[in-house]
Amino acid sequence: METTRTVTSIAPASRALEVIGGDLTERSLRRYLEGIPGVDAVGLEARAAALGTRSIKTTSKAWALDKIIELTDLTTLEGSDTPGKVRSLVAKAMVPDPDDMTCPRVAAVCVYGDMVPHAVEALGSAHDDGASGRINVAAVATAFPSGRSSRSVKLSDTSDAVAAGADEIDMVIDRGAFLAGRYGQVFDEIVAVKEACRRADGSFAHLKVILETGELVTYDNVRRASWLAILAGGDFIKTSTGKVAPAATLPVTLSMLEVVRDWHRLTGEKIGVKPAGGIRASKDAIKYLVTVAETVGEGWLTPHLFRFGASSLLNDVLLQRQKLSSGHYSGAAYVTID
Amino acid sequence: MTFLDYAPAPESASILNLKSEYGLFINGDFVPGKGESFTSISPATEQQITTVSCASEADVDTAVVAARRAYERTWSKLSGADRGKYLFRIARLVQERSRELAVAESLDNGKPIKESRDVDIPLVAAWFFYYAGWADKLDYAGLGPAPRSLGVAAQVIPWNFPLLMLAWKIAPALAAGNTVVLKPAETTPLTALLFAEILQQADLPPGVVNIITGAGATGSALVNHPDVNKVAFTGSTAVGREIARSTAGTAKKLTLELGGKGANIVFDDAPIDQAIEGIVNGIFFNQGQVCCAGSRLLVQESVHDEVVDRLKERLSTLRVGDPLDKNTDVGAINSASQLGRMRELSDIGEQEGATRWSPACTLPDKGFWFPPTVFTNVSTSHRIARDEIFGPVLSVLTFRTPAEAIAKANNTPYGLSAGIWTDKGSRILAVADKLRAGVVWANTFNKFDPASPFGGYKESGYGREGGRHGLAAYLAPAAVSSRGSSRSSSASSVKALRGGTK
Amino acid sequence: MSRLAVPKTYKLYIGGKFVRSESGRVYEVSSRKGGFMANAAKASRKDARDAVVAARAAVSGWSGTTGYNRGQVLYRIAEILDGRRAQFVEEIAASEGVSASAAAAQVDEAIDLWVWYAGWADKYVQVAGNANAVSGPYFNISVPEPTGVVAVVAPQGSASLLGFVRAVAPVLVSGNAVVVIASEQAPLAALSLGEVLATSDVPAGVINVLSGSPAEIAPWLASHADVNALDLLGAGDLDWVDLQIAAAETLKRVLPPESGPDAGAASIDRITFFTETKTVWHTKGLL
Repeated sequence: METTRTVTSIAPASRALEVIGGDLTERSLRRYLEGIPGVDAVGLEARAAALGTRSIKTTSKAWALDKIIELTDLTTLEGSDTPGKVRSLVAKAMVPDPDDMTCPRVAAVCVYGDMVPHAVEALGSAHDDGASGRINVAAVATAFPSGRSSRSVKLSDTSDAVAAGADEIDMVIDRGAFLAGRYGQVFDEIVAVKEACRRADGSFAHLKVILETGELVTYDNVRRASWLAILAGGDFIKTSTGKVAPAATLPVTLSMLEVVRDWHRLTGEKIGVKPAGGIRASKDAIKYLVTVAETVGEGWLTPHLFRFGASSLLNDVLLQRQKLSSGHYSGAAYVTID
Repeated sequence: MTFLDYAPAPESASILNLKSEYGLFINGDFVPGKGESFTSISPATEQQITTVSCASEADVDTAVVAARRAYERTWSKLSGADRGKYLFRIARLVQERSRELAVAESLDNGKPIKESRDVDIPLVAAWFFYYAGWADKLDYAGLGPAPRSLGVAAQVIPWNFPLLMLAWKIAPALAAGNTVVLKPAETTPLTALLFAEILQQADLPPGVVNIITGAGATGSALVNHPDVNKVAFTGSTAVGREIARSTAGTAKKLTLELGGKGANIVFDDAPIDQAIEGIVNGIFFNQGQVCCAGSRLLVQESVHDEVVDRLKERLSTLRVGDPLDKNTDVGAINSASQLGRMRELSDIGEQEGATRWSPACTLPDKGFWFPPTVFTNVSTSHRIARDEIFGPVLSVLTFRTPAEAIAKANNTPYGLSAGIWTDKGSRILAVADKLRAGVVWANTFNKFDPASPFGGYKESGYGREGGRHGLAAYLAPAAVSSRGSSRSSSASSVKALRGGTK
Repeated sequence: MSRLAVPKTYKLYIGGKFVRSESGRVYEVSSRKGGFMANAAKASRKDARDAVVAARAAVSGWSGTTGYNRGQVLYRIAEILDGRRAQFVEEIAASEGVSASAAAAQVDEAIDLWVWYAGWADKYVQVAGNANAVSGPYFNISVPEPTGVVAVVAPQGSASLLGFVRAVAPVLVSGNAVVVIASEQAPLAALSLGEVLATSDVPAGVINVLSGSPAEIAPWLASHADVNALDLLGAGDLDWVDLQIAAAETLKRVLPPESGPDAGAASIDRITFFTETKTVWHTKGLL
C-alpha cells in the first residue's frame, strides 16, 4: 500500500480538514500528531492517583452507583457466546436487579457481530424505544480483538453488524500500523469504517474507536492515537478490547479525557470516552466518574459521552446499591448472574 | 444534585484523645511551665483545642540542663545501633498512630486531611526510618572515621508542617548522637505534644528529647542558651537573620532553613497537563504556606494565555473548606496574622497594577480563609513578585528565552526552590545547572524524601536537611592531633572550621 | 658604585589589572628587621567595592568552566609560581625574617598546595555529591556548586605566602571568585602572587587581591550584599564577631578565624564549605 509516504493523501475526513487544514496528507497528519505536547507519565499517574482518593459517600455514592449502571455497556465477548447467553445478558441489562425496580437499566449490551440479531430480538421494544430506558446494541467489529485482517473483511464485518441492527460499532485500530508510524493507514481505516457505519437511511451507527492502549504502551502514543481517532471521525474513543492486559487504567483514561477536553476546547464538539476491561469494583468505577467530572465536567456523565465496558462490574454495583438501601452488606446469592 | 458537590466526607476526630491541658515535656515528663499558658485553636473554626504551657527562660534552662545530662550520662554512651533501635521504635509508633496524628495536624494547622494523611505523617515515619539506619553507620557520613556528635541541639520549627519539621530536626539529631530541646511553633504545638507521648511509649531515655512550647521569647531563650552546641531553625528569613546574629562568635553550629520565592518555569514544550498540576501543587499545596512554594510562575510568552486559561479552569475544581473533609484540596490559613499578610500583599499587588483572579468559591464564615489567587500581568519589580507571601497566591510572569527565564528566576535574594517544565532533557539539565536554588524539581514539584537533601542558597539559609548531608549538620569530624603534611587529604584537619574559637 | 635600586610600588590586583588604590593611599611595608621594603597600595572601601564587582562578573565564566579546565588553570599557577620561586624566597626571607631555606620550604609547600587543590577541581563533586535513592519514580541527585563571591581575610601572621594560598586556593576549586585581603604586615608575597596569577590562565576577576588594613576593609566586605560567603581565617585579631554579625544581614556563610600552624591546612572541607548543595529531581517514566 505504502508508496512515497510523504505525499500520500489520506481520506478527506471533515474534522481533520478543518483542524489540520490544507491538503490532508500522511505528512501533515504526522506533523500534527507529533506536535501535540508530550505526557509526563509520573505526573499523569500522580494526578490519576490523587483523583482516586476522592471520598464519595452517602448521597453522592448512591447517585454514583446508579450512574455507573446507566453508563455501562454490559458485555459478553467470548468464543463460547450463544444466543442463549446473549438473551440472558439482555435480560440482565433490562432488569439488573429484579428485587428493586428503581434500579436503572444499562446503556447498551456489547456483543460480537454475529450475536447482534439475537440481542436485538431479545431487547424487543427496549431496543426500539426512543425513551430514556432505551438500550443500545453495540457490536465489536473489524476483526476484533486483533484487527489483523484485510480491509474488506473489516468493512463487511462492520456493515453486517449495522445491517443486523447494531446501534454502535466498537472497532479496533491497526496497532501494528500505528506503532510502525503509518498513521495515514490507521486514519484511512477509521474513515472507511465510519463510512461502513452508514445505514440505508443515511444515518450512522455510533463509532467507538478502540485504541488497545495496552499495546500502544506509552501515554504519548495513547494521546496521539486519541487525536488520530477523533480527527478521523470517531464518536467515542475506547481504551481496550478487554483481551489485552493492561486494559483500562485510570491514568490512561485520564489522558484520553484530556484529549477529549482539548478537542472540545478547540472545536466545541463533544467526544465520548469508554474505558473497558478490568473495571470490576464499584469503588474503581467511582474513581472514573470522579476523573470524568473533574477533567471534562460532570456534563460528560451521560451515556452519549461516557461508558464503562464491563461485565462483572454490574453485580458489584448492585451489591453496593443493596447495602446502601438496606444498611447491611449483601451477598453474591442476592444478585443474578447473567 | 450535582455530582461535583460531593457529599461531606469528614474524617472523624473521635480518634483523638486530647488532654485539656499540656505541660512542657522535660526529662521524660510533662511538667507545668512557669510562663503564662496559651490556647491552641483550630484555624478553620477558631475553636479552642487545648491549653498549652509556655516555657519561661528558667524552663528553657531546665530543659537544656536535662538534655545536657541525658547527653552526658546516657545518649552519648549508647551504641549507634541502640540509638537506631529507639528511632526505629519511634518510626513504628508514628505509623501506628498515623491517623490520630493526621487528624491532630489538620485540626491544629488547618491543612487538608488528605495532605496530613498522605504527605506529612507518612514522611514523618519515613524520616525516622531513614535516620534510624544511619545511627550505626556514621563512619560513612562523609566526615571521616568516628565523627563526633555535637551535644545539645536547640531546634525551633515552624507551623506549616509541624510534625514533619519536628521529624526533620529530631531524627538526624538523635541518629548522630545529640540530645534535643525542641520548640514547636506557638500556633501548632499539638502534634509535638502527641509526639512526646510517643517518646514515652518508645521508652526513650528521659531528657534525650525535650519539647517546650511557647512563642518567640521562648525560642530566643533556647537558641541563645549558652549550653547548646547546635542551633537548627526553620522559619522566616527575618528570624533566621536574628539567630545568625545572636549566635555569631559562639561555637554553636548553625543551620537555617528560611524563606523562598521559588520560580516555576514552564517552557512551551512542557507536558502541559502535568505542568498545570505542578503549578497547582507548587502554590496551593498546604495553602501555599510552604517555604519552597513555586510562588512565581515563569511561563514562556508563547504559551502564556493557554497556560493561564488551563490553570484557571483547573483551579475552578479546587475544593476549599473543612480541613477534616477528605475531599478538601485547600484548607484554612494557619493564623489571623498570616491571613492579614496575604490580604495586605494581595491588595498591594492590585494597586501595583497586576490583575487578580480567584475561582468562585464560598469561604466559611468562621476561621481564617483565603481563596486560591492568581495574579497575571506581574512584573519583576512588583512586590508580589519579590516578597514571600506564604499563601495561596501565584504571581505569573513571562519570559522569551531560556536565558531570560534563568535570569528572572535568579533575580531574588532567596534561593530555595525552582521548577522546570519541558520535554527537552538537555534543557532541563542546563537550566537546572544555572538556577541558584537548593532544590530543583524537573517536571514535578514539592516532592520530599528523607534521602534527598533540602535547603537553600543565599537568604534562604544554609545547611541541608535530609540525606547524608542532613546528617552532617549534626556531626563534627573526629578530633585528631595536629597533622604532618598539608598534602595528606583529611577532612579531620579542619576541626577548627567547625568549632569557631575566638 | 653600587647600582641604584629601582624599588617597586606594589599595586592592588583587581579585575585582572594592577591598580593603585582609588584613594591614592600607600603604606610602607617593612622587613621583619624594620627596613623599608616597598610601598604597597592601601585599599579603601571603594577598592573593595570594585573588587566585588570584578569578582561577581567573573563568577559565571569561572564556575562555568569544566572542573578539568579549572584544575589545569590552578595547576598552571603552580607551574608559574615554581618558575618564580627565587623571587618569592627572597621576598619571604626578607619580610618574615626567616632563613632562605625556611622561605624556600614555605614556597615549596605553597606550590604543592596549588597542585593538591588543582587535582580536586574535577573530583570534589564526586566526593561531596550524592545520588539519592528516593522512594518514588524519580531521578534524584545532589551536587555541590560554588557559592559565588567569597571575601577572605588572609592569615596575618607568619608564612605570608602559604597562609594566603591556604585561604585562597580551596575557594577557587569549585568556581568561586575571591576578594582577598592580604596580610597587612607582609602583603608582598600575596601581591607578587597577583603577578603570577596575571601571567597564568586565571581569568580576570577570579582572584582580587587587596592590601591595606583588614580592620578598615573587612567590614565593608562583610556587609556587602553581593558577597555570598566570608572566610575569616586570618581575622582572629579583628573584631571578627562584628564581621560575622554584619554578614548575617544577608545570611552569608561564614568561616571563623583559625590560629596556629595548622590554620587553614589543606582539606576538602575548605572546598565544600564554599559550595551550595543543589538537589535536582526528575521524573522517571517508561510509559
